Amino acid sequence: MEIACRRLSRELQIVFSQYEHPVVLTVEAQDKKQRFYIVSALAETKVDLKVLSQRLGLGKGGLRMAPEEALAEILQVPLGCVTPFALVNDSARNVSLLLDQGFKSQECCFFHPLSNDMSIALNARDLDKFLNSIGKTPTYVDLEANPTVGKDQPPDLANLVPSDAAVLAVPVEKQGSSQGSEKIHISVNNQQNAVTAIKPSNASSTKEKSSGAASSSISYADTDKFVEEILEKTKSIVLSEIKEENAEKYREQLATLVSNNISKLGVELKNIATIFKNTAYTEGFKAGIHHQPKRT
Amino acid sequence: MEQKTQEEDQIVTPWEVAAEKGGKIDYDKLIDKFGCQRLDQSLIDRVARLTGRPPHVFLRRGVFFAHRDFSDVLDAYERGEKFYLYTGRGPSSEALHLGHLVPFMFTKYLQDAFKVPLVIQLTDDEKCMWKNLTVEESQRLARENAKDIIACGFDVSRTFIFSDFDYVGGTEASTCNLDYFSDVSIYFQEIFKMHTTIKCDMDPAGLWFCMVLLFEISPVSCHTCASSAFTVEIIVQFLLQEHGQDCKVVGIFGFSGEDHIGKVSFPPVQVDMLLAAPSFPSSFPHLFSGKDSLRCLIPCAIDQDPYFRMTRDVAPRLGYHKPALIESSFFPALQGETGKMSASDPNSAIYVTDSAKDIKNKVNRYAFSGGQDSIENHRKYGANLEVDIPVKYLGFFLDDDAELEHIRTEYGAGRMLTGEVKKRLIEVLTELVERHRRARAAVTDEMVDAFMAVRPLPNMFS
Repeated sequence: MEIACRRLSRELQIVFSQYEHPVVLTVEAQDKKQRFYIVSALAETKVDLKVLSQRLGLGKGGLRMAPEEALAEILQVPLGCVTPFALVNDSARNVSLLLDQGFKSQECCFFHPLSNDMSIALNARDLDKFLNSIGKTPTYVDLEANPTVGKDQPPDLANLVPSDAAVLAVPVEKQGSSQGSEKIHISVNNQQNAVTAIKPSNASSTKEKSSGAASSSISYADTDKFVEEILEKTKSIVLSEIKEENAEKYREQLATLVSNNISKLGVELKNIATIFKNTAYTEGFKAGIHHQPKRT
Repeated sequence: MEQKTQEEDQIVTPWEVAAEKGGKIDYDKLIDKFGCQRLDQSLIDRVARLTGRPPHVFLRRGVFFAHRDFSDVLDAYERGEKFYLYTGRGPSSEALHLGHLVPFMFTKYLQDAFKVPLVIQLTDDEKCMWKNLTVEESQRLARENAKDIIACGFDVSRTFIFSDFDYVGGTEASTCNLDYFSDVSIYFQEIFKMHTTIKCDMDPAGLWFCMVLLFEISPVSCHTCASSAFTVEIIVQFLLQEHGQDCKVVGIFGFSGEDHIGKVSFPPVQVDMLLAAPSFPSSFPHLFSGKDSLRCLIPCAIDQDPYFRMTRDVAPRLGYHKPALIESSFFPALQGETGKMSASDPNSAIYVTDSAKDIKNKVNRYAFSGGQDSIENHRKYGANLEVDIPVKYLGFFLDDDAELEHIRTEYGAGRMLTGEVKKRLIEVLTELVERHRRARAAVTDEMVDAFMAVRPLPNMFS
């Protein structure tokens, strides 16, 4: 990982330097909904998790230090080595990064490059370059600010809350909440080996209209799942119609009836297809903006 | 004894909607007063014919019932000339209710049926001024709202969403080579210079955009500029210059060109200009460059009509087609047909974030019923369908014409009870909200970025 990191830095031509520079401390926090945050600050900046919690819109006690297991799993670093560089790992893709705006005024700051037996000094611009290259947007925040958060003053950092909860193989939540098995939002770059929770789609009831299948938010641009869902819904309509009683009642018209219901399904399927299309387009769009042009 | 010489009229303006003395809104009167036209059955049939699919439930039920120049748009479409759609939202709160979704649902239908592109404006700057939000918070709300809008099912390959703060500050500013966000005061001065020298390579619509921005940023954030009155004066001077002394602003919002501008109330001028520019294809050079004759169709609620009248007046003078409008009636509040839904009363509306339980509760407890007060009377006299909310809501959201007709007949005759109608409504709404929630869950920040990226849309007409 270190070697990869150095190589990355070299490729991006980030300048290293060896002089005395302020040290950066980084902590990892998590909220009640299993969302993770890395807060990187200059040593002298006072960071109050309670204040940050409010500013993020998580309430007063929403944010706490993440346990060691989370560190290991999400950031893949040992205790004491939390660093913005850990975001290079795919497991950290949903971690929100808060950077001390004090970095910008410093010429260089010291960061750990994924292990704490050494430090790298770089300035904020280069850190930004690195973060952009791994697809993360650098967000600088005045970590010491303590604005009032109330009905008329919405939490000013609310947009930094990750939209997706992190996926953990071992759910860290100990209160027995069904976080692990509930709908797990997996961002569009779905990994094959990530934990997925698939609720079995309910077979349609005796109603003629198809009930929305309860399949949860799996990758919206996964072709297999997409086709499976279409087939499931169609099957459930057909099967619900082809029952003894119906066969008796409708006889020849059964085929027409089934056919009509499948057409009604069309509206729902178009919706799913639009979601699929938009998701695939977005993946392409994101790839496009992070695309590194060939060196001529 | 003094006699009341004037009856209390119904009030329909972009800021207030109230029926006459607690009755219903009289839409025929409204059409007469505003001067727009009824969307009659022949037009609806024509739409069905041209698009090759059944007309949307909102057309069939008369939800979208009025228009300006829609038949011209259809004529052009038949000749092979396409158009683009323009609609928008002022992101004033995070919670969207069903009433908010109505125009978007209809717009999606128009996009799919006619296969045309769509621009969606999020007027985060307007809300920023009004609600005293920070720029960041306003932009954040705009993005959150964008997610709900995207969840309505718009096609990313034909849809461009823009927020005034981003797009106007960005693209238009860049055409004057300015880094707007870095120095507001310089921007202000540049615009002023442009205006006074009159030599301006910028397209009038683009200049209007800048004027709007000027107008908004100066009172709020520009320290070096004079007062807001000064700023408004620039704008009105510009208007007078462009359009001569018979400034059309007079008729609609009621101030004369000679009044000192300090007296003028702020919102009308600003909003009017905000809404004017996107009606012209030149405001979107990355999409419609060279297509100055492209028509614009604007689906909106009928209370927005005044906003667009000035735009329509001005368009020919700038060399553009007048934007066409297709207008809807108001989505009634749960408690009854006396006005619009209001985001400030959570029980007046069904929100897209409501759970199945909430929906059931709200409909059962708050939906105004036209049924009689006792079952006996109800069986005898039947329900008053004119004021019954559940039946009205079903009119919006129950697609099956036959089923709706059946319910109306049975309920109106007293054979069906309110409870049954409400139960059916709850089913329909729950399904709708669930579908929306599911679609919303699929919208990521990257998807919002994609929709909002200034990018070409090569397949927007296919």
